Amino acid sequence: MATIFRDYAQSEGLRSDRSAGDRQRHRDKVRRAIRDNIADLVAEEAIIGQSREKTIKVPIRGIKEYRFIFGDNQGGVGQGDGDTAEGQVVGKAGDGQGKPGQGPAGDQAGRDVYETEITLDELIQIMFEDLELPDMERRKLREVISERTHRRKGYRKSGIRVHMSKRRTAIARVRRRMATGTPPVSDPDLDAAEDAEDELPEDEMAEDEMTGNDGAAVAGTRFRFRKDDLRYHRIRPQVEPESNAVVICIMDTSGSMDTMKKYLARSFFFMLYQFVRTKYDTVEIVFVAHDAVAREVNEHDFFHRGESGGTLISSGYEKALEIIRERYHPSLWNIYSFHCSDGDNFPSDNDRTVAAANELCEVSNLFGYGEIKPNAWRFRDATMLDVFRRVTAPNFHMLSIERKEDVWPAFRAFLTKEKRPEEAPAEAAAGA
Amino acid sequence: MGMSWTMRDLEEWDARIRDKVAEYELDCYDQEFEICDRDQMIGFMAYHGMPSHYPHWSFGKSYERQRTLNDLGVAGLPYEMVINSSPSIAYLMRDNSLCLQILTMAHVYGHNDFFKNNFYFARGTRAELILGQVKMHADRVRSYVEDPSIGLEAVEKVLDAAHALSFNIGRNPAVPRLSPAEQRARALDRATGTPDPYAAIHARKRPDEAATNADLERLPLDPDPDLLLFIRDHGAYLADWQRDLIGIVDEEARYFLPQMETKIMNEGWASFWHRAIMNTLGLPPDIHMEFLVRHNQVVRRIPGDVNPYCLGLAIWDRLVAEEEGAWDPRRGLPAAPAAATRQKLFQIRESERDASFLRRFLDEELMRDQDLFAYEPRGNDLVVAKVSNESGWREVRDRLIRQTGTNAMPMIRVLDGDYGRSRGLLLEHVHDGRDLQLGYAEKTLDHVYTLWGREVHLKTTVNRETVILSRGTDGFRTRVVRDE
Repeated sequence: MATIFRDYAQSEGLRSDRSAGDRQRHRDKVRRAIRDNIADLVAEEAIIGQSREKTIKVPIRGIKEYRFIFGDNQGGVGQGDGDTAEGQVVGKAGDGQGKPGQGPAGDQAGRDVYETEITLDELIQIMFEDLELPDMERRKLREVISERTHRRKGYRKSGIRVHMSKRRTAIARVRRRMATGTPPVSDPDLDAAEDAEDELPEDEMAEDEMTGNDGAAVAGTRFRFRKDDLRYHRIRPQVEPESNAVVICIMDTSGSMDTMKKYLARSFFFMLYQFVRTKYDTVEIVFVAHDAVAREVNEHDFFHRGESGGTLISSGYEKALEIIRERYHPSLWNIYSFHCSDGDNFPSDNDRTVAAANELCEVSNLFGYGEIKPNAWRFRDATMLDVFRRVTAPNFHMLSIERKEDVWPAFRAFLTKEKRPEEAPAEAAAGA
Repeated sequence: MGMSWTMRDLEEWDARIRDKVAEYELDCYDQEFEICDRDQMIGFMAYHGMPSHYPHWSFGKSYERQRTLNDLGVAGLPYEMVINSSPSIAYLMRDNSLCLQILTMAHVYGHNDFFKNNFYFARGTRAELILGQVKMHADRVRSYVEDPSIGLEAVEKVLDAAHALSFNIGRNPAVPRLSPAEQRARALDRATGTPDPYAAIHARKRPDEAATNADLERLPLDPDPDLLLFIRDHGAYLADWQRDLIGIVDEEARYFLPQMETKIMNEGWASFWHRAIMNTLGLPPDIHMEFLVRHNQVVRRIPGDVNPYCLGLAIWDRLVAEEEGAWDPRRGLPAAPAAATRQKLFQIRESERDASFLRRFLDEELMRDQDLFAYEPRGNDLVVAKVSNESGWREVRDRLIRQTGTNAMPMIRVLDGDYGRSRGLLLEHVHDGRDLQLGYAEKTLDHVYTLWGREVHLKTTVNRETVILSRGTDGFRTRVVRDE
């Protein structure tokens, strides 16, 4: 029998990197599993306005390693401190851990510490990681000129002295000399050029020397700058995109909007809010609830209050317009408006609603209408989708959500459509 | 914190430990110790200690999990990691103290001796070949991943499925897998009644196969507990590379099977010998004090759980006590056992596994001393149902055996490889009073379906009713089988 010792080797550390590929693969699977379950995640809590540090529990499916195992509640054998008695409680049943106490974590069908919690920030990253910036951003981004910042952009031949480009001026002079090939004996613009030369600082003269211009040595006189040589920076005021945005959530809270519909709406608003927030520094969020009348409410009331009575969608839009007029002037704010409803409006209100919708489109970067129709409502005649065909603004979008599984695809489709408005139907036809 | 030891220290202490190993007649493979850091150790744990192993995302999961637990302070790292190979390889954590290194080395020699001599390792594994085999497996898996006509996704799909079934294998290496010819002979014998032991004298011809009523068309002739091998050998829709992957997973599972089946014995054995070695090694007082603290951490009871180090050591101690006259293990640390005692211990370490070890040597007194109890769910609580007293200890012991090694996993076997005469696969859960977790069973059947390529069915018992779970092209069904 022999013993061999192998000392620690830093280079051997590379060997532990063999796990890097497998770890990455596992992380990819976790992310995919989360993405597949996003609709579930946003349902649980009021997370629309939450801090990004907040952790939420994620029910991950798909990366468990399944085997044939016994059921959870089988009981087992344990060790006590010395006088365990029958009937004594030693742990909690049914939490999937299967074992009482704090023994080493087994490979049971239990929770995996790192799989269950994720910060909101990570969740959002995962949600949006494969979405491209839609064109709606570029097109609708409000360009607000800020007087404070300026930017050099190109050159011109006239300007004020502080904007003069010494380098460009010198280059122009060298070019001119190369073109003429001879030192000028007399020059009608001599005096003016002399003036200009006098203004050039020492380093400019040095640069002149370094370019190989030895005109002084050859002709006993310098190859002088002329007015024509002078170049000035073209100064343009800097256009900074205004980084404020507001998401206006308008929801039908009439009696027909049941828990399921509100849940679907919440899911959608959450995604919209998070999406906008990835683009702007500050995002404000406004909740407008309406039935026959509209009011501004907080998040809790928005999702939890149900009113009875009829529905006047125009009231919600008009309330939104009022809020925009008062607090979010379109020249300063990027406005994203979205309305969720089950499409059950008083027919007499439709004209007014379309007019208000057109107005909202004018002031908003984007105005979206989501019709939430869980299966039970499929056969109802009342629908706003038909009515809204009359809204022709390019930044208006409609979509229909029937089940919670639809929310995320609908949201994605809505962004994709935004990107290629003409191709979408053709593509669908080709796919069919 | 600088290291408190040098390689030279380790070599010197190793030489002294080996003198003790020789003195106590432990019989070991050559031993290699490799110094590693924390990340390397986590990596070795994720890949079962193998220096080279095929890639799969589950090892990445295992790595992340271990590191997270370690970061959170929920789980410490093991002091040691030993591989059942010849030479045996063990990893020592660079940041451990000198005392921990000496303790670990002594402990490793205990495992090394166990690997080399225990029947289930000696018969069930090829210690001198394993590293090369695992390396070859890795190379083959990588070649399939890199093959443009196969690729990672396809390889992963087969590995995922094979991993799900990897421990549904024959559990006792002493019971060999019968060849098709042997199965056929047995089926014939069964059909013709008790075989005539004096056939030669009576000179009667063996009955013509065709004349018997034995159904020799059945596949398998005997229920087959080796799911992966059965699927590999009889799956009609598998490509060669898929068969190869299945074989690789099966081979590695077989290698690890003895470790699962001897966890309590083996950890108890290594703890028993590290204690004997450390106590007779002439350690400086400070190191010895540290050793006592560490040793007690390792072999302490974990309330509510069964610590194999603790229980295993207690049983070995008791065997020594029986041989050498009663001494109280709590009163003082025993010196090393006498030569005759050692011979008895060696016999036991050679021929038992946890299930038989516990059944033979865990008696009422020892169980009461260890305060072993059985618990059951009642409402939202887990409640102690039986303690190790005169009336309860046998049941507690039997339940302990049921949660030990492969007994903790349901026994599933192949009944029919041509179920419904449509190449369906019929599996049977051999029910022992414990129902399956049906959610997991369903997902696992998905994996079986992936490999088998046709309908798969699992016969089991749910709430005392016979149920067949089926996974076919149209998804998953469950039906209750009424008594015939």
